Amino acid sequence: MIKFSQVNKRYPGGYEALKHLSFEIAEGEQVFLTGHSGAGKSTLLKLIAAIERPNGGSVVVKGQNVGSLKGGALPYLRRHLGLVFQDHKLLFDRSAFDNVMLPLQICGFDHRESAKRVRAALDKVGLLHREKANPIALSGGEQQRLCIARAIVNRPAILLADEPTGNLDSEYAHDIMSIFKSFHQVGVTLLIATHDEKILDRHSGRILSLKHGELLTTLPFATSGSSGQA
Amino acid sequence: MMQHLRTLLFTLHRLLASPVSSALNILIMGIAISLPVGMYVLLQNVQDLSASVSSTPQVSVFLALNADKDEVAQIGKRLEQHQAIARAEFVPRAQALEQLKRNSGLADVIDGLNQNPLPDAYIVYPKTSEPKALEALRDELQKWPKVEHAQLDTAWARKLDALLGFVRLGVLILAGLLSIALVAITFNTIRLQILTQREEIEISKLIGATDGFIRRPFLYFGFVQGLAAGAAAWLIIAASLALLNAKLVGLAQLYGSSFTLHYLTAGDSLSLLLFAAYLGWLGAWLSVSQHLWQIEPE
Repeated sequence: MIKFSQVNKRYPGGYEALKHLSFEIAEGEQVFLTGHSGAGKSTLLKLIAAIERPNGGSVVVKGQNVGSLKGGALPYLRRHLGLVFQDHKLLFDRSAFDNVMLPLQICGFDHRESAKRVRAALDKVGLLHREKANPIALSGGEQQRLCIARAIVNRPAILLADEPTGNLDSEYAHDIMSIFKSFHQVGVTLLIATHDEKILDRHSGRILSLKHGELLTTLPFATSGSSGQA
Repeated sequence: MMQHLRTLLFTLHRLLASPVSSALNILIMGIAISLPVGMYVLLQNVQDLSASVSSTPQVSVFLALNADKDEVAQIGKRLEQHQAIARAEFVPRAQALEQLKRNSGLADVIDGLNQNPLPDAYIVYPKTSEPKALEALRDELQKWPKVEHAQLDTAWARKLDALLGFVRLGVLILAGLLSIALVAITFNTIRLQILTQREEIEISKLIGATDGFIRRPFLYFGFVQGLAAGAAAWLIIAASLALLNAKLVGLAQLYGSSFTLHYLTAGDSLSLLLFAAYLGWLGAWLSVSQHLWQIEPE
């Protein structure tokens, strides 16, 4: 599903964020990406979504070499991805409902069909009763869940999450993780970047550990409910 | 199709969301358009007027003072038989003097003259109104014996035509400049919109929006705003013409004429609206092309 081969990423100014990175994530896997801040977790996720381009090596997502993708093909790659951001990136000029609606509008879905899907997604993250609320009126945990609803409304094959529990207390964090778990159970490929040790202790899945842009270890976690072997 | 319709509704919603600034923008653009178009309409009116006058060109043929009755009659006959001439009207010198007395208000002066200084004359109505042919006819008549002078009475109309051509060029230059201004106004409006919607654009790109999708509402906005400005210009021109016509009725009566200014024709009105909409679209397109690529998600 996702394959990195000898990937290098150097930012302007010479800072090397990723060095000779190679790994593979199979379809339906749940993988945690860990490391100290600045280890290159966010950069790695950005390479998959083609927000950044690699300086060397290849990043292949769903059989497409992302690094050499033309600008016009980019949107169609991103439609296969659900992105969950630490800072949520919600729009405060519209309701929770309309925020989740945006990806479907972009894909040109029929309005009535979209409304059904939006409600289903909001229901899944437990926010159906807040659909008319402005995101600014939601708590941090609720905003994160809204962000997840927006990421999954399009039924993406791959879900990428960058520190999804970063600013949340442990109870909210647990909520979020169990939502992710339910996606994993229906076959979505999950890649979650986190530095939260507690999450890693409590949830199953393979762990990719980054240090200064290099891959340290690949620890297989084979607990129940996980298909997580590469 | 549905998506375009939704974008259009969304655009109208956005226009109405800030009614004062939208109205001001549309008004400024409307005034800018109405200036050259209004001048064009006036020009068109003057041109119609001059065409209606000069469409019956005449050649005045003044005979020599020493021409006798037979010679005068013979010239009359030759004129009647001439192929290029529809008819000729004889104006005896006595009648010409009478007319001059009546019309010029110089009766006292003329009474003081010892003898009639005016010659016999023919007013010739040619079949053609084509300038070259008219000049040729005048030159021919000029050479006839006992013809002192032949004068083409369309000369002033041609001078007016030349003048109108000059004014028309001026209107065109003005129209060109104001078109650029219109594009610039839209460019700037859209630039501000893009800046305020930076976040939305960024997020939309992140979740798979094509450039076309992001561009569309801005292009629609430019188009609709241009169209509204065109409509505003049309109203400004129609109202101004109505005002001018109300004044003109009295003025025209003094000249014994029923002249009124024509309004824009249906075709011209349509062109005006479409052109204004096109300029709005163009400004938006330039602006979007210039600014959208600068917004990339990080």
